Amino acid sequence: MAVPPEAAAQTAGSQGQAGSAGAEKPHLKRDRVVIRFAGDSGDGMQLTGMQFTAESALAGNDIATLPDFPAEIRAPAGTLAGVSGFQLNFSSNEIFTAGDEPNVLVAMNPAALMANLEDIPPNAVVIVDREAFTDANLKRAGYNSNPLTDHSLDKFQVIQVDVTKLTTLATHGMGLNNRAVFRCRNMFVLGMLSWLYQRPTQSTIQYLETRFKKTPDVLEANLRTFKAGFNYGETTEMFASSYEVPAAKIKPGLYRNITGNTATALGFVAAAVKAGRPLFLGSYPITPASDVLHELSGLKNFPIYTFQAEDEIAGVSSAIGAAFGGAIGITTTSGPGMNLKEEAIGLAVKVELPLVVTDIQRAGPSTGMPTKPEQADLLMAMYGRHGESPIPIIAACTPADCFECAYEAVRIAIKYMTPVILMTDGQLANGAEPWLLPDIEQLPPIKVEFRTDPNGFLPYSRDDETLARPWAIPGTPGLEHRLGGITGENLTGNISYSPANHELMIRIRARKVAGIAQEIPPTQVFGDPDGGDLVVLGWGSTFGPIREAVKQVREKGRKVSHIHLRYLNPLPKDLAERLRKFKQVMVAEMNMGQLLKMIRADYLIDAFGFNKIQGRPFKVSELVTRIQRALEG
Amino acid sequence: MATALNRKDFVSDQEVRWCPGCGDYAILAQVQKTMPEFGIEPHKVVFISGIGCSSRFPYYMNTYGFHTIHGRAPAIATGLKVTRPDLDVWVVTGDGDGLSIGGNHLIHVLRRNVDLKILLFNNKIYGLTKGQYSPTSEVGKVTKSTPAGSVDFPFNPITVALGTHATFVARAIDVEQKHLGEMLKRAHQHRGASFLEILQNCNIFNDGAFNDVSDKGIKAEHQLVLEHGKPLIFGKNRDKGIRMNGMRPEVVVLGTNGASEKDLVVHDESNLSLAFMLGNFEPPMPTPVGVFYAVSRPTYDAAMNQQLEESQAKQGAGSLAKLMLKGDTWSVS
Ligand SMILES: Cc1ncc(C[n+]2csc(CCOP(=O)(O)OP(=O)(O)O)c2C)c(N)n1
Ligand code: SF4
Repeated sequence: MAVPPEAAAQTAGSQGQAGSAGAEKPHLKRDRVVIRFAGDSGDGMQLTGMQFTAESALAGNDIATLPDFPAEIRAPAGTLAGVSGFQLNFSSNEIFTAGDEPNVLVAMNPAALMANLEDIPPNAVVIVDREAFTDANLKRAGYNSNPLTDHSLDKFQVIQVDVTKLTTLATHGMGLNNRAVFRCRNMFVLGMLSWLYQRPTQSTIQYLETRFKKTPDVLEANLRTFKAGFNYGETTEMFASSYEVPAAKIKPGLYRNITGNTATALGFVAAAVKAGRPLFLGSYPITPASDVLHELSGLKNFPIYTFQAEDEIAGVSSAIGAAFGGAIGITTTSGPGMNLKEEAIGLAVKVELPLVVTDIQRAGPSTGMPTKPEQADLLMAMYGRHGESPIPIIAACTPADCFECAYEAVRIAIKYMTPVILMTDGQLANGAEPWLLPDIEQLPPIKVEFRTDPNGFLPYSRDDETLARPWAIPGTPGLEHRLGGITGENLTGNISYSPANHELMIRIRARKVAGIAQEIPPTQVFGDPDGGDLVVLGWGSTFGPIREAVKQVREKGRKVSHIHLRYLNPLPKDLAERLRKFKQVMVAEMNMGQLLKMIRADYLIDAFGFNKIQGRPFKVSELVTRIQRALEG
Repeated sequence: MATALNRKDFVSDQEVRWCPGCGDYAILAQVQKTMPEFGIEPHKVVFISGIGCSSRFPYYMNTYGFHTIHGRAPAIATGLKVTRPDLDVWVVTGDGDGLSIGGNHLIHVLRRNVDLKILLFNNKIYGLTKGQYSPTSEVGKVTKSTPAGSVDFPFNPITVALGTHATFVARAIDVEQKHLGEMLKRAHQHRGASFLEILQNCNIFNDGAFNDVSDKGIKAEHQLVLEHGKPLIFGKNRDKGIRMNGMRPEVVVLGTNGASEKDLVVHDESNLSLAFMLGNFEPPMPTPVGVFYAVSRPTYDAAMNQQLEESQAKQGAGSLAKLMLKGDTWSVS
């Protein structure tokens, strides 16, 4: 039974105050909940998810999110191709993934239900908008009968809510047209779930107030609907109790919610500020990398130059030009654009200029599944250029970690005068997590020393320790010199076809990159540092599921450990030795075994792979099953 | 104030290695001769090139130089010029480098009007890769890769540049040293992307491609020197001119059929339609050299830097601490 929402809206005050009807409902404690919001692309599910995330972060939970966009910008409404999803895991404990399977699915229409059904476990709560299950919508989603009445959902706890009608009632008398009302439905759902999980609502209210500042009508409608949803939860008999997920015990400090792409952008800004140099981003839009361009484009006062180039080749090339002039040159892209950049990256290797190339990986080959993550560009990053052209590679493991990795990439590029490849992926790019704001003072220094002394200047002389050549920028009197892609004589850089010199130059550059291993921190083993039955080796965004899976298996008393790699080139000096302490080495990757190949080839370690190439992250359960099978031999 | 500069200040210690007789030598000599007149010290000057014989150019200049990758010099130069507007940045490219593989970057750098001086050495052939036809080679051209004659319709560098609304478009000839020097000066004076096509003889793979305009005996009859505000007159005896016949240009001989100087078209560098018309001249019409088009428009690099300055003035220098706090924050104790 639904209470009249107008009445509810009037009493909707601060959260925590009970609604008007009946006694306060009991709060049940849960230590973690996984919710998936699913609806049509136009239903505002990403926004609903993000706001629920913000509320949960404010409630002090640890959180991890997994947005799942459709590839088509405007797939036909109500079809499977148009379903947009957002999964959130919030917990009182430390969590590493957005969760294998949702305990709660919110499905705004039949297509959203159909598209997500196979992911939800029996007994999960399924909340649907009953009115959206019309004959036409059912047909569009491919249903022959209505699942709300044909008992096919009997194994779930189905909660049917007349979201559309209640939204209409909540906005009654405002003179809104149907379309405008329809657009508020997601706020009703958000309000309802905010009550169900006792989320603090002020951040959502604030958000709406800022977002709709200029359209008071729309603001009013959204606020009313949101509050109506909240009070509906409180007053209706639909929900017997609400749930409480207490705050997690997390490291004290100041937090904000951050996505990987924002963190990447901030890492670059921080590096530029620390280095005291302007930042130049040369980039060409591509999913899922574009947000870094968007983010940096708004920060001109730092100063940051953003150049939306005519293509990826111009993007990376312009960054090289900027680096030649003494700016911090960066470029961002995803798989298909990465290919295009490779020739120019080779030039940067040869002329030894600092440059950060960011590959925010997606599923390929070719256009592949642009909105889905994969880790299949590793070998391209390692070997994707002509000639011998080693490049340091760094990969981020969580959205917040993108900050540190971006920073580190710039630091290494400048210190060693080399291009660096920074790898993240679509899941990190759009996924969010709480970020403990770092102390800027504590970030490692980035020293920029331009060569100015013409005495004894040679463009390819080297620092004894790092083997970096001097950064001698145009405009400096007496240092006029020419860089170029043709093999140059050692020290002078003058064109040279001497065979021995060519080999020497290649070996020097390889030594320079290999030497970075000196400052890579020793390998951290999660589990048994001195060895055990099995170690799972991973890199990039698979960190979360692997860590969680290893934790679960360890809790059952098995000698299983986890090693996660941030530096993929060079690999940590002690890695082989660490791996050899384990009876089995399993390399888990979202590709056909690219790191596995490197480990086998470089170390002659008989590792085996666990590979998933579905544009979806590993499920913890899949990893647990595979680890257990390996242990059983 | 620095002492006066001379040619030697711009000559590097590197041995020049083009084929003997190559037109590139003449261009290099003229650039080295003209540079001192700009009064800019070598350390403030940068030459950026792509790949090709012509693109070896930076090695021979005692300035900063960057010999980059095939076709991409305009993009690399853009990154440099935008972040370092204090530098005098030149791009050296060839017809293959600039119009084939790098065609995309060339048109975009021109339309954006980045303040770069772009010298396109057009020898209508690929020199460095030993004689394949180029995007400026004429239909029917017999080369190693087109033994039966090329069926590939050529680009005209001038009209390509005009098509982008480039703000400075000119043509010079390697052996016309004085005129080339003037064109280099004009290109340098211009604020914005200056596009200078230089007809260059590749005596090894395409010898004599520009004979009609460069050969002493006949060139005056085939060369039309463009001068702003002056009528279009040419010929050894300056007895020929260009007159409009309705919408079509035609060659007239002054003093015959009633043609007199006042009937002739007067060159106007700010007239894009006229520039296009002249750009499309090909034999039997005379080949125009000089400035086809020159107008003033804000440059990309200046506009971008202005945005940066304005945003600093408005918001103050960027604060990392503040930026990190953007969005909702919360404290855990
Ligand atoms: C990516 C790439 N493709 C092809 C080449 C080979 N290549 C070098 S120069 C050149 C053509 C140069 O022609 P042009 O620009 O007319 O210069 P010229 O040598 O005639 O001065 C080609 C095809 C290359 N170096 N790089
Ligand atoms: S091949 Fe032609 S363009 Fe190249 S150096 Fe020789 S003559 Fe000059």
